[in-house]
Amino acid sequence: MSRKINWPLTILLIICSLFILFPLYLTVVTALKTPEEMGKSLLTLPNSFHWQNFVEAVRLTNFFHSFRNSAIVTVFTVVFTLLTNSMVAYAIARNMHRKFFKTLYYYFVSAMFVPFPIIMLPVVKETSFLGLNNMAGLIFLYIVYGLAFNIFIYVGYIKSIPYSLEEAAYVDGASTWKVFWKVIFPLLAPINATVGILTCLWAWNDFLLPLVILSNRDAMTLPLVQYVFQSQFTTNYNLAFASYLMALSPMIIVYLFAQKWIISGVTRGAVK
Amino acid sequence: MNKNSKAFYWMALPALCLFFIFHTIPVIQGIIYSFTNYKGYGDYQFIGLKNYINLFQDDRVFASYGFTFKFAIISTILVNIISLMIALGLNAKIKFRNTLRGIFFIPNILSILIVGYIFNYIFAFFVPQIAQKAGVTSLTENILGNPDLAWIGVVIVAVWQAVAFNTILYLAGLQTIPGDLYEAANLDGAGRWHTFRHITFPLIASFFTINMVLAMKNFLMVFDHIIALTGGGPGQATEAISLLIYRGGFQGGEFAYQAANSVVYFIIIVAISVFQIKILQKREVDM
Repeated sequence: MSRKINWPLTILLIICSLFILFPLYLTVVTALKTPEEMGKSLLTLPNSFHWQNFVEAVRLTNFFHSFRNSAIVTVFTVVFTLLTNSMVAYAIARNMHRKFFKTLYYYFVSAMFVPFPIIMLPVVKETSFLGLNNMAGLIFLYIVYGLAFNIFIYVGYIKSIPYSLEEAAYVDGASTWKVFWKVIFPLLAPINATVGILTCLWAWNDFLLPLVILSNRDAMTLPLVQYVFQSQFTTNYNLAFASYLMALSPMIIVYLFAQKWIISGVTRGAVK
Repeated sequence: MNKNSKAFYWMALPALCLFFIFHTIPVIQGIIYSFTNYKGYGDYQFIGLKNYINLFQDDRVFASYGFTFKFAIISTILVNIISLMIALGLNAKIKFRNTLRGIFFIPNILSILIVGYIFNYIFAFFVPQIAQKAGVTSLTENILGNPDLAWIGVVIVAVWQAVAFNTILYLAGLQTIPGDLYEAANLDGAGRWHTFRHITFPLIASFFTINMVLAMKNFLMVFDHIIALTGGGPGQATEAISLLIYRGGFQGGEFAYQAANSVVYFIIIVAISVFQIKILQKREVDM
């Protein structure tokens, strides 16, 4: 690879990347301005940072409360998805020669073709009937619906793990449960990262499932709050953008620190 | 071994039961409701195929399918062209590669709903203001407020967001191509387009298939974008199928009717995915 750096292409890509950065820049400057300042110019940086927008947005939308809701939903969903979905996938992957498990595999995987809006109406009836129209129900549904895709990528990965490791443990008298937790689960770290990242992005950013499942305003997640407060924002865009920026920033901060890790995790999930 | 296999069943069975209860039963229930006149509350009777017959005579339903398909097809094509070009650029010998890759991936981690609200403001204030200064009168109005143009706004946001993921996927595909293959092509005097057409593209054809199928499927379910940008309007110009199911089913007292709509929608999505996979895989082999 002794070729020279392609500068025209580099510059072209930098210009393209401005299309990505520009809306984010606009969000930041708008969030920091007063309505009067915005009337003068939309684009420029404000003369002085108007932090008051953030204070008001926090108060109006009860930001910390919905942030906490989003965090609880995301953390519980990710942890339990990793623990349960990997275990189901292990049972399937090691028994694909059995008709029952093979059928089970195709049963889960084929559900990827069923988009949520299609089952939405009956699911909402069912969850409210069972008293699951709350955060616990939301977490529960994420874990269950994640199975379709997660089984697919876990099984692919587990199949590539040589059986000899487990055999040695079985010879030592370990039970299947113990083999899974002590031998297999630690080996799943790279694919757990992938599943964890994808599940985290899904649970944190999802809008439709919380919209239809949650009946109590107290349980609202961050995207849902933006939706609910939209009508009150229309008069004050600066306030709205402060609120949007706060809702987006947790993910952006995580991304700044774990960028490489997140990109490779997502790639691994998609290439499977 | 007998004891072992028992444990395997215990690992899988609870998941099977829960998945059946919360996924398969709703599918079946939806199909059953679709043959009734259930409003979402109260009593109901079976009415045979009436919902399905009505669906095929409902202009609102036809309009929503028309919009959703137009949106999904155009967005899928645009996303794949743009992300393939960006991926080719990122895969070339450039400076700041990791930083640029990091920037292009940002939209994938952001909430579509909130991104939609931000673009809503861009279309409403920013674009008209710039257009006024530049003297482009055709853009001085909010395109989201125009029934004929609002769909373009939805396409722009959808493409802005989806390019991130597809770029990363194409990039992963491009990185599987060994470098000496290009050197050989170079020595043979192959031009850039020729190299792309006969070496690069055939080798990433499987990534092209995945991207096309995934993008199309996601766009056919478009919901968040619409809520944030147009709310289905102006009028019903951008009412996507999933929005129609949501509105009609929960707010319009059309629970059973929209359940029938869901069944039709489901059949269409499966048919399109299967059709795409068949066609594109055949192309992969031909190349």
